[in-house]
Amino acid sequence: MPWLPHTERDRREMLEALGVDSVDELFAEIPEKLRESARPDLPPPLTEMELLDHAGALAAQNRTLDELTCFAGGGIYDHFIPAIVHSVTSRPEFVTPYTPYQAEASQGTLQAMFEYQTMICELTAMPIANASLYDGATALGEAVLLAANSTRRSRALVSAALSPAARRATRTYCEATGLEVVEIPWDDESGQTDLGELAKMLDDEVACVALQQPNYFGVLEEVAEAGEQAHEAGALFVAMVEPISLALLTPPGEYGADLVVGEGQPLGLLPGYGGPLLGIFACRDEFLRRMPGRVVGRTVDAAGEEAYCLTLQTREQHIRRGRATSNICTNEGLCALAAAVYMAALGPEGLREVALLGAERAHDLREKLVAAGLEPRFAGPYVNEFVLRVAGDAEALVRELAGAGYLVGPTLARDYEELDDCLLLAATERRTVEEIDGLVAAMRS
Amino acid sequence: MADPTLFDISQRGKRCTRMPAPEKGAEELIPAQHLRAQAPGLPEVSEPEIARHYATLAAQNFNVDGHFYPLGSCTMKYNPKVNEALAADPGWARLHPATPEEHVQGALRLMHQLEAWLCAILGMDAVSLQPPAGAAGEFTSLRVFRAWHDSQGNTQRTRVIVPDTAHGTNPASVARCGWTVTVLESGDDGRVSPEALADALDDDVAALMLTNPNTLGLFEAQVLQIAEMVHDAGALMYCDGANMNALLGHGRPGEMGFDAVQVNLHKTFSTPHGGGGPGSGPIGVTAELEPFLPVPRLVEQDGRLAWDWDRPESIGKVQSWFGNFLVAVRAWAYIRACGADGLAQVARDAVLAANYIRASLEDVYDLPYPGACMHECVLSARTIAEETGVRAADIAKRLLDHGIHPPTMYFPLIVDEALMIEPAETETKAALDRFIEVMREIAREAAADPEILHDAPHSTPVRRVDEVKAARNPILRWQGR
Repeated sequence: MPWLPHTERDRREMLEALGVDSVDELFAEIPEKLRESARPDLPPPLTEMELLDHAGALAAQNRTLDELTCFAGGGIYDHFIPAIVHSVTSRPEFVTPYTPYQAEASQGTLQAMFEYQTMICELTAMPIANASLYDGATALGEAVLLAANSTRRSRALVSAALSPAARRATRTYCEATGLEVVEIPWDDESGQTDLGELAKMLDDEVACVALQQPNYFGVLEEVAEAGEQAHEAGALFVAMVEPISLALLTPPGEYGADLVVGEGQPLGLLPGYGGPLLGIFACRDEFLRRMPGRVVGRTVDAAGEEAYCLTLQTREQHIRRGRATSNICTNEGLCALAAAVYMAALGPEGLREVALLGAERAHDLREKLVAAGLEPRFAGPYVNEFVLRVAGDAEALVRELAGAGYLVGPTLARDYEELDDCLLLAATERRTVEEIDGLVAAMRS
Repeated sequence: MADPTLFDISQRGKRCTRMPAPEKGAEELIPAQHLRAQAPGLPEVSEPEIARHYATLAAQNFNVDGHFYPLGSCTMKYNPKVNEALAADPGWARLHPATPEEHVQGALRLMHQLEAWLCAILGMDAVSLQPPAGAAGEFTSLRVFRAWHDSQGNTQRTRVIVPDTAHGTNPASVARCGWTVTVLESGDDGRVSPEALADALDDDVAALMLTNPNTLGLFEAQVLQIAEMVHDAGALMYCDGANMNALLGHGRPGEMGFDAVQVNLHKTFSTPHGGGGPGSGPIGVTAELEPFLPVPRLVEQDGRLAWDWDRPESIGKVQSWFGNFLVAVRAWAYIRACGADGLAQVARDAVLAANYIRASLEDVYDLPYPGACMHECVLSARTIAEETGVRAADIAKRLLDHGIHPPTMYFPLIVDEALMIEPAETETKAALDRFIEVMREIAREAAADPEILHDAPHSTPVRRVDEVKAARNPILRWQGR
């Protein structure tokens, strides 16, 4: 065991100090029959060298985004990550501490989170952001619960064109508390949420209306109008956003969003087979004391100098217990740090370029696919992702293209029966014209 | 004093990462009505400034590499470097979750093995890696319980019994499930009293949540009897496995009668805490509860692994994809490097260290629940507070002056002036001895010079931080000078 520093002599000395003959005596409270059968059946231990070889052989059974040219989307995108991001986030001073309860010993993490919160506020044009939630899906669940508690209403309207994973997680979060989650249909031609249908669904039991911008199909929604409709019915408006696109798009704070959530992975996080991710959460001032999760505030120390600490902790489970605004404890601190470093590295101009290059590549791809006789499923405006209709089995095509070195998808059949011949395509700044031409050629054949 | 923020040092036109120039303008691609008028006010800084900024901030953090961090119930053990190297390997890190299963067999195999190993360690029949943190594991388990009760027609069961020593996440997770909490007072020995439990059990009880060992660092020795009582009453047994480090190789929750348990990979299985995550909170359940686990489930057919979404009884999803995979990679590596005997030795050294500290300090601090402890010991500064006015928080802050992270304070709630100390197994005896000496010196200081404690810390980057002011007048974002 490489990580146990004690010698047998150390152990003996400690036992002597305790006046105990054997460590076994310290486990005497555990019934003997439990102890006897407790040894797990595990493979024999490996040295570090053996472990790396073994893990390497296993990893070789994976095809990474270095081997597959990624046109896949659905919430996880293959963005370039500047070297400074990993350089900062691999520092043990940021990797190994606990949640910064002890402010005097954690000013580094606290200030970094304060800066992250500020960057999210800037990106979303919202006044308040927290220090992260698990991911975009659970962040939506938290927002919907907050809306229901705040409005004391019992139904949430969530667009069916919003991320299926986020809708599933929201149902798992909400339905146990008696909150009904109802889906707003989308328009078959544009791919936008059907706001005419929304109008019919609104009544005085609706706590919130949730839309994604751009939505799961990559289509831009008429968010301002949806927000107005929600507010007229006394409901809150929840916007789920994609952070990179906010360098170009109207921020949710300017179209009436009350609560903003999003998946932060595009901001410098590795795809990591889907985790860890970063739940973005921002809101208007009036929800300050209802917010879930950690939040860092600026204050002073005993000498009157500027300092930071976790604040508004009376919302949280370790103080409020069963009446807390959320059960969240450990969140995604290091992922939020990665996002902050990424946003600082890109800056407003770099982030705009990343967003614009992705949009440019996606538009180029779509035009070339159309020229090759393929058919985008929706006519609505888009940024860097869209739905393509394919002839035949979409799932089989994804597998075939992976064989040819291209990753596309996800397919949509699992979540949308009527789109069983469709898949998502996305482009980021990493994709080249040659790669786009290659994919079009592979799809044509 | 706090350092300038990135916003303070930002200067217009400075750049770090550059991109190739886009050929088109946004208005050529996106309808004007969707475009933002003003760029977001992100910092504009050069790469050297970013590196220096975070190096300066990093130097202000206590951390496990640099400091003894005996934070009770948090299991702040050393985080092996090889695990970080593995998790950064593109072979794991650069996998898109929408990749067809035949191209991620290595990742699926790793997850499948980790599920099997956690089953073996916990004595459970099935494991889900999807919950992204410990509290998420609690919530997921309770949702599974609720789905099971619903399937049995037990809709009247809406109460969950939670001992008064429980972590705050327990009652908060119960509330998240739409259930109510009944707080169970601990017995005089700091454990659940079967008599009190019998009084609390009724046909409206859905479950008992039990942390074992509990947050006093005590093993619930009556657990088999407790499980029998709970099951006889038609309720389920939940184990908060946050303190699993004490049990590795010495006791399996499944054999204690628990129906579900969460483990915190960022505690027991050595993955780092990251200054507040990411963690991972896999749950283990009995075979009877397996159909209710989150979708998708990993299944093996003819030696190939695949995701099964066809799970009609599932509670749904608790994370976007398959859980915090890169955290799972680290835990997988840790278990593979330790083996069964290594894990048992982890528990033995952790329990030995906690008892060594207890025995070395019980003459100067109160020990409200005498006798041996498991992985952590809970001392009290009550007598010191009565005699000198020095409180647990003062002692905690004074430890910072000695380069030691404080224990958990004022928890569990049933102990006055609590100092909850969990040394974990990765500190040397010399480090434990130094901690003991510092704690004894602080007790002497409390009598001789209490002011030095009231004013502590003295040597940290900032002096004692005014948390009351922070909450009264919340400043949650940079607003310019």
